[in-house]
Amino acid sequence: MGIDRREFLKIIGASAAFALGGMTIVDAIVKDDAEAAQYTPEPGALVAGQWAMVIDMWKFKTEDDRKRVIDACNSAHNIPDFGEAKDEVKWIWDDSFEHAFPETEQKYLQASLEKMPFLLMCNHCENPPCVRVCPTKATFKRSDGIVMQDMHRCIGCRFCMAACPYGSRSFNWSDPRPYIKHENPNYPTRTKGVVEKCTFCVERLAKGEMPACVEASNGAMVFGDLKDPNSKVRKLLESTYTIRRKPELGTGPNIYYVIRGADNA
Amino acid sequence: MLEKALEGSRKYWTWVIFLLAVIGVGFIFYLRQFGYGLGITGMSRDVSWGLYIGQFTFLVGVAASAVMLVIPLYLHNFKKFSKIVILGEFLAVASVTMCMTFIFVDMGQPTRVLNVMLHPTPNSVMFFDFLVLTGYLLLNIIIGWTSMGAERKGFAPPAWVKPLVYISIPWAISIHTVTAFLYAGLPGREYWLTAIMAARFLASAFAAGPALLIILAMIVRKLTKFDPGKEVIQSISKIVAYAMAANVFFLLLEVFTAFYSSIPGEKNPFFYLYAGIDGFGKLVPLMWISAILAVIALVLLIYPGTRRMEKTLAAACVAVFASLWIDKGFGLTVGGFVPNPFGKITEYWPTVPESLIILGVWAIGALVLTILYKVAISVREATAGIEIEH
Repeated sequence: MGIDRREFLKIIGASAAFALGGMTIVDAIVKDDAEAAQYTPEPGALVAGQWAMVIDMWKFKTEDDRKRVIDACNSAHNIPDFGEAKDEVKWIWDDSFEHAFPETEQKYLQASLEKMPFLLMCNHCENPPCVRVCPTKATFKRSDGIVMQDMHRCIGCRFCMAACPYGSRSFNWSDPRPYIKHENPNYPTRTKGVVEKCTFCVERLAKGEMPACVEASNGAMVFGDLKDPNSKVRKLLESTYTIRRKPELGTGPNIYYVIRGADNA
Repeated sequence: MLEKALEGSRKYWTWVIFLLAVIGVGFIFYLRQFGYGLGITGMSRDVSWGLYIGQFTFLVGVAASAVMLVIPLYLHNFKKFSKIVILGEFLAVASVTMCMTFIFVDMGQPTRVLNVMLHPTPNSVMFFDFLVLTGYLLLNIIIGWTSMGAERKGFAPPAWVKPLVYISIPWAISIHTVTAFLYAGLPGREYWLTAIMAARFLASAFAAGPALLIILAMIVRKLTKFDPGKEVIQSISKIVAYAMAANVFFLLLEVFTAFYSSIPGEKNPFFYLYAGIDGFGKLVPLMWISAILAVIALVLLIYPGTRRMEKTLAAACVAVFASLWIDKGFGLTVGGFVPNPFGKITEYWPTVPESLIILGVWAIGALVLTILYKVAISVREATAGIEIEH
């Protein structure tokens, strides 16, 4: 059975119409992505093309230095203390080099590194797997690179927790409010059944302030715009040897860790 | 037709009431979970999915396996399956119902679950899983119910059912492929990050589902006048044999890749599941039971003598189902989370409330299955002896 010219053109026309129709539907669905970026920052707010952080653990001299940083975050963001590892909610915490960088396992590690605790937090990935898997866009990436979590949209499916290769996401296994020691009335508390994580202190950036951890770190943590060649983070990255957690996964983590030789320890 | 489920023997009603009681207990514990939060389960920050998602994964496979009856009947004109295909379709309906319920009970904020539709997200595999599962449920309800209705009146199903049947074939493959993609696309979860995941899922599905169907067919034959026929059971048993062999082969491929490459991230989940790490090994006995049952099942299924004898075949089917339930419904989910991204070990074990909720959901599935089978068999018993062209 052959088809004549007329029929052929008809088929081509119909296919084109079908394809275009399909594109419109796809566009309508995907368009939703852009909404989050459509706002103008307040005057005085800190803005960037890609926020990033450089952490120099050698500058933390005592345990108190680290504790001060972690506490600054915990009290600013009403982080509950469940007192049990199973239910733990944490935005920034410390762990050993071996646990922070498990793939660099080395038996005869530089002595200063072996015992050095590293501060860990959300890497605000350039290509975040958590955003890719979220079925409701409750977790999304802002135009300044910050990976955000909408605690009112989250359905608590925890797909993002399975997707995050850094263990940076926490779930509220029960109501967190009774476990908040001193409630900060200027920051929302969360409900049970939602996932949460570090937000690079968007609420502080909007007011022109540095993230709480950076402010409490006495210069050990540097925060800035990776897209700006004159930013402090860029200068540091150009002059110092830094590493990132699991860069081989292609997530593009934006937290850099300064690594120093034994002489500087 | 549903009225047929409202009349039955004393045995039938005892069974229905028993299931309702189990559902009731599960529901009471679900209310506790709804009030307190998912902290009532054994899940944790490190093992953030547990048996709920494991059951969902396993049951998607059981649901997809209906296609193993549809393909021979509709694509190869293997008429002997025409009597039993309805049991497969209704098993799919019951399984998908359980899948959706398991997803629902796993949600931290169940009241917001419709956000998945309000904010459609095509880059999320879960969004697609939601679509394909809903579609598959509808397909099987429509196909099964229409065919039964036609059969009751002594007619062949209407012509428009056939295209739906053909669509249901790739659709069945798609539900399990998409479910595998939930796992297989996550960076840093080495146990799941494998291209063979979807193939392995399908192989285990086509073993576990038909094995369950053989068991169900034997029960139905014993309790009612409906007999799917010895030959039919024998044909399905060959499907189970091939699929189980493929599944074990695929698992061994994973073992080879992990241990010959000797990459720690690939090996560690196997160490945890089958040997334990640093004294942590809650799943070790279960995983070995699964492995041993798989071997026993394979021997019984491959050797023609034991496959043909119905007693040993029934044992082989129970072994297949139990082995795959452990491997896929439990070990697979937990293995992806242990060790955690820091190389540390947090173990998972379901709590009592969690287990009772799981039993409750299984009872919902069993109740749906009982009702649908009761309808189908009542229709069959009424039209016994009438030949219908399929």
